[in-house]
Amino acid sequence: MIHCYKFDDKNIVLDVFSGSIHMVDEVAYDIIQMYEDHTREQIVADITSKHNVTEAEVDECLKDIEDLKEAGKLFAPDKFENISYDLKKRKWTLKALCLHVAHTCNLNCSYCFAAQGNFHGERGLMSFETGKRAIDFLIENSGYHKNLDIDFFGGEPLMNWEVVKKLVLYARSIEKDAGKNIRFTLTTNGINIDDDVIDFCNKEMHNVVLSLDGRKETNDRFRVDYKGNGSYDVIVPKFKKFVEARGNKSYYMRGTYTHFNTDFVEDIKHMADLGFKELSMEPVVTSPDSPSFLTEEDLPVLMQQYEDLAHEMIKRNKEGNGFTFYHYMLDLTCGPCIYKRISGCGAGTEYIAVTPWGDIYPCHQFVGDEKMKLGDIFNGFTDHGKEVSRDFAQVNCYTREGCKDCWAKLYCSGGCAANAYHSGGDIKEIYDYGCKLFRKRIECALAVRLSDLKEDDIYVPDADAESVD
Amino acid sequence: MSRIVTINTRDLDKSAKEGGCGECQTSCQSACKTSCGVANQACEKKS
Repeated sequence: MIHCYKFDDKNIVLDVFSGSIHMVDEVAYDIIQMYEDHTREQIVADITSKHNVTEAEVDECLKDIEDLKEAGKLFAPDKFENISYDLKKRKWTLKALCLHVAHTCNLNCSYCFAAQGNFHGERGLMSFETGKRAIDFLIENSGYHKNLDIDFFGGEPLMNWEVVKKLVLYARSIEKDAGKNIRFTLTTNGINIDDDVIDFCNKEMHNVVLSLDGRKETNDRFRVDYKGNGSYDVIVPKFKKFVEARGNKSYYMRGTYTHFNTDFVEDIKHMADLGFKELSMEPVVTSPDSPSFLTEEDLPVLMQQYEDLAHEMIKRNKEGNGFTFYHYMLDLTCGPCIYKRISGCGAGTEYIAVTPWGDIYPCHQFVGDEKMKLGDIFNGFTDHGKEVSRDFAQVNCYTREGCKDCWAKLYCSGGCAANAYHSGGDIKEIYDYGCKLFRKRIECALAVRLSDLKEDDIYVPDADAESVD
Repeated sequence: MSRIVTINTRDLDKSAKEGGCGECQTSCQSACKTSCGVANQACEKKS
């Protein structure tokens, strides 16, 4: 399977099952698209009439295509369906916790998928004992995994900061003996950031996710306190101080865009202009009756925005003032293996969310949905939870009917189960709106990457024996 | 290959033969939290 598209002056051919990327001229672009279902004579006739090329030149291009096919870099067959089958049978062990240390929040953002932090349930803070048990549960059930991930999430985790610190120190005290390496992350709205938070996080947190929606008017439309006051003026100076002190450690400035700011690239540019360089911006996840809901009419606007973002990034990269956009990060040679590309986020199998009371859900987006509850950290998975977990283990880009003919399936592994569930009622479905945005993002991500090629980015056939794997 | 420039990319077929080590970061722990993308995840063996 191939995917061919144009971006500015680039003709890009993506070979789905080898993961290869080709930049081609107009002649090769047309020949490659005809190659599989036209004879040589048909191709020669069509191409020589359309382009100013000779039959010999068409034959030369056909030979190059044959060589790439032989090298497994073009029209590669799909050899991975059996991996999908193996993954379904695999005995999964835990790897990551989304630890909901606070089901409460000091902001009152009406678009929040966590319903202002309480996930449609009681408000509450996780006790140290419950958090400690959650960490023990992760380690006990982590099997062969050495690297474990724990994200402090909420609600707003800094509303339970002393417990967060104690839990990190507890985990650090046992990880070596357990043969584990725990990487912590923290997602915060920034309100409670102070010197203690900055110092501790910069020492212990592998990554921090800082929530800012962009321009003041965008951010303060939703990200307000319980009196309705916008948070921008409070959080931006704190985020600046935090990031400055963070040095080389990673962070993400993460925003959400909604129906009200479909010009979200202006918000990303604003964040970059504030000096933040590691940026993320996600489409809102909300119900269709919410005024924030992204509509079908918004879709072409959003598609154009992703192109505009790519252009802006290419421009700023050339000016030496570039920034990173989470969804445009593509490490072509050191990116994920095929197992990761098929298995995806691991929700419900490797990745679980734990509430302040110790209840377990497949991920943070399912918290509060009793049908999706897997069990609790004190008694383990229930029989029902084991069934739900098995359902999650069955779902990937090969089992979802909607992914069958999609060229992007090995970039998203079939998409977010929660998005599918909340839009169509079934984790085995796809969230088509999100798929359209995702495909656009990958096209743009590649365009940004291909705008800055170095000599050693180019494949040389003779050097194949030493090529990257 | 004057008309085709091929970019170096990870050989997915070879990665299938090697097997997945399962040590890379869980994708939703990085920045998204509301979507699924694995293309931007770094390989633990290669990084």
